[in-house]
Amino acid sequence: MERALKKYWPIFLLPTIIAFIIGFIVPFAEGMYLSLCQFTTVNNAKFVGFRNFIKAFSDEQFRSSFWFTFRFAICSVLSINIIAFIIALWLTKKFSGNNFLRAIFFMPNLIGGIVLGYIWQILINCVLSIIGKPLLALNSTAGFLGLIILMCWQQIGYMMIIYIAGLNSVPDSLIEASKIDGATDLQTLFKVKIPMVMPTITICMFLTLTNSFKLFDQNLALTGGDPSHQTEMLALNIYNTFYARAGAQWKGMGQAKAVIFFVIVILISFIQLKLSRDSEVQQ
Amino acid sequence: MKKQNPILKLLFGIIILVVAVLYMYPIIMIIFNSLKVETAISTNTVFELPRSDTFNGLNNFISAITRQGFLQSFFYSAFITVTSLIAILVCCSMCAYFITRIRSKVSSLLYYLFVFSMVVPFQMVMFTLSQTADMLNLNTPYNIFIIYLGFGAGLAVFMFAGFMKSVPVEVEEAAMIDGCNPLQTFFLIVFPILKPTIVSVGILEAMWLWNDYLLPTLVLDIKKYRTIPMLIQYFRGSYGKVEMGPMMASIVLTVLPIIVIYVFAQKYIIKGMTSGAVKG
Repeated sequence: MERALKKYWPIFLLPTIIAFIIGFIVPFAEGMYLSLCQFTTVNNAKFVGFRNFIKAFSDEQFRSSFWFTFRFAICSVLSINIIAFIIALWLTKKFSGNNFLRAIFFMPNLIGGIVLGYIWQILINCVLSIIGKPLLALNSTAGFLGLIILMCWQQIGYMMIIYIAGLNSVPDSLIEASKIDGATDLQTLFKVKIPMVMPTITICMFLTLTNSFKLFDQNLALTGGDPSHQTEMLALNIYNTFYARAGAQWKGMGQAKAVIFFVIVILISFIQLKLSRDSEVQQ
Repeated sequence: MKKQNPILKLLFGIIILVVAVLYMYPIIMIIFNSLKVETAISTNTVFELPRSDTFNGLNNFISAITRQGFLQSFFYSAFITVTSLIAILVCCSMCAYFITRIRSKVSSLLYYLFVFSMVVPFQMVMFTLSQTADMLNLNTPYNIFIIYLGFGAGLAVFMFAGFMKSVPVEVEEAAMIDGCNPLQTFFLIVFPILKPTIVSVGILEAMWLWNDYLLPTLVLDIKKYRTIPMLIQYFRGSYGKVEMGPMMASIVLTVLPIIVIYVFAQKYIIKGMTSGAVKG
């Protein structure tokens, strides 16, 4: 059977591979190389070594958007996961209306980032104007909080569904056994349920962290980096370096930032995965 | 189960309803505002419901459709989503089938490349990708699906390959012995077995394609072709006065179809969108 299938490889493999080469392999390789060049288009690249990286690291704006992204990621990962877990605990109890609420909480996840950003921009600006604070375009604290609220609203439902699946897979016999041994509800939660769903917590933390780090659409639509780049996250900073400025020096610097961003995202994924794997219960 | 007091039950039902309405409030607010006249939508009157003197009927919707080119954007978005989705589902399932059934160094190299491409942030390739697309003339809504096939392949191949490993080879061998060639075997035997995964991958990729903003913005010519996310962004991004009414109406027109589909296919959508995560 293998031999017959092997003969058909052009039909099975080629369409995907050609598209993959055009859509990913070539741009990725080119991107890696161009981070070491000065250029305005792919064709006029001039090799300059690591100069772009030095410029990228010494860019004040890049550093501040890195810290902004970092703070944002920590706050949003914690708030999304804690709230989603609590809601999941509530919705694994049996009551009517339970499925309806799950569906409602999940809904915002289907709306695209740009639309979400504008919906919340309108809402938050209204609240700010009623309480007499400066609007989003002039208010970086509100921008930060707004991004977290938006991110929570969008992601809680998704994480909740994964947590519910995890909680439902905890065997009832374990929970009954802990009850018979006299554990309180809180003890059952912290000593039985949470250790048992640790793999699920790993997945959710990993997902929210990378989502927060890669956030772009929501950032662009909600604050656009205003006021004066103070709420600009990494992805938006890279985009602005590429497209908001004219001149030969920016594109190379943008590509160097993109490579740094790529390395950060990969590193975070691995570190987080390893840390959480170590703390999982041996089964 | 103990019997519940009917009053308590009613109270509980009301609480659930209140929670649901509060959670959905941002969308409800947009719907209300899309029905108001332009002058009644200012920063601090967003919370007000439409009154008889501020009610604008469907005029905002008509304006969004006739003057702002909403229908055209809707067509582009729908066309791109459908063509890319078909390409991704057919090509990637075939590719995944091949690399799980033929065990070789090339297969596993391809598999790891696909997995790797899922982690790489789009900003890493955005500039070079848009240049490559321009060079190959893949910059219209009618052939952008090739770019999407390449960039969406990682997730699709990963998920198909994960499921394919659990499909028994015996059925395929039986089909081959009965005289099917590999293509027939794939489309008549394997493809139907893959149905649940196809639905999951399809929903996951469709949500991404429909909502994607940055890739079409960089690849397509923004003056000629605007997908829906581009249109919404263009409302705010363009200089001059933002027409809030038509913008709210466009948001509603964008969100409503998704909600309607969600109401009918909720089970599949939730399952599809979370299945990618749980496997990863």
